[in-house]
Amino acid sequence: MSALWIATIGTSVIAFLLKYSGHSIPERFLSNPKIQRINALIPIALLSALVGVQTITEKSKLIIDHRLAGMGVAIIALFLKAPFPVVVLSAALTSAAIYNWF
Amino acid sequence: MSSPDIGYLRQNGRVSKVASTTLRDSFSVSLTVGAYGVAFGAASVANGFSVLQSCLLSLLTFSGASQFAVVGVMGAGGNPISAIATASLLGVRNGLYGVIMAPRLKVRGLKRIVAAQITIDESTGVALNQESRGADAMRHGFYLTGFGVFIFWNLFTLAGALGAQAMGDIRAWGLDAAVPAAFLGLVWPRLVTKRDRAIALAAVALALALTPILPAGLPIIATAFIAIAVGLRP
Repeated sequence: MSALWIATIGTSVIAFLLKYSGHSIPERFLSNPKIQRINALIPIALLSALVGVQTITEKSKLIIDHRLAGMGVAIIALFLKAPFPVVVLSAALTSAAIYNWF
Repeated sequence: MSSPDIGYLRQNGRVSKVASTTLRDSFSVSLTVGAYGVAFGAASVANGFSVLQSCLLSLLTFSGASQFAVVGVMGAGGNPISAIATASLLGVRNGLYGVIMAPRLKVRGLKRIVAAQITIDESTGVALNQESRGADAMRHGFYLTGFGVFIFWNLFTLAGALGAQAMGDIRAWGLDAAVPAAFLGLVWPRLVTKRDRAIALAAVALALALTPILPAGLPIIATAFIAIAVGLRP
């Protein structure tokens, strides 16, 4: 089985088990405020890390290229409170323009 | 304030009326969030997953952030273990939503399996938003939004995956920047306080600093420790 299939199936199985276990365990086990707080902060850390890694790294090296320009425009769009599709499209258009013309 | 009833929903052998506001909330969230599926389908194919694998991730994993994470880590050259670990850390919150929803849904057997699969940010969010309208409205919001997002998310994933497959060089279409932009769009609404923003910046810095040293994928997981360290402080 290829690495991509292992990732696909493994992620899906664990995702379901996490959801199902929540429906099956008593509420008091997870009402600890520290657990709740960590749980709210983990997506911030992981998603931010993914933004950084996907924007300025390639195969374990730091690289600045057309993607960073796209992200700059995405940040501007977010500050202007643009909806999600506009953010993604403006980043793609900027990045593509620089990649194709420079 | 009461709103006109717009239809009926049968649950646990009991038929109850669905308020039009609950239906409207559910539908608008389902469509907007489901449309993000295009971004996921495209990102997935751009990172080397097949159309079939992309669609299976949306059908079976069915949790946006986890799905983006698994394709992001694999695309960055990570091994499946780091990809699964990152995606699963992001999936823990669905378990917490399950804890909140279970006493309100009171379902067993096959119905519990179905309810668990559609326990995500949006279904739980809309359900909690209906709290002032009573227990029935909460259940309606949960199921209508859960199934609604499921349908749109999967249709749009297929569209995005097929679209990306037809593109060829994804860089010429800007898809390699669209992927991190999608992550940024997901995390942006969570950056409410100064502390949230500090965590985000620290996570970017740590992940980039570790990238040349650690195997791909691990720099991303390592940033979970920032969240744990901050969360453990009183």
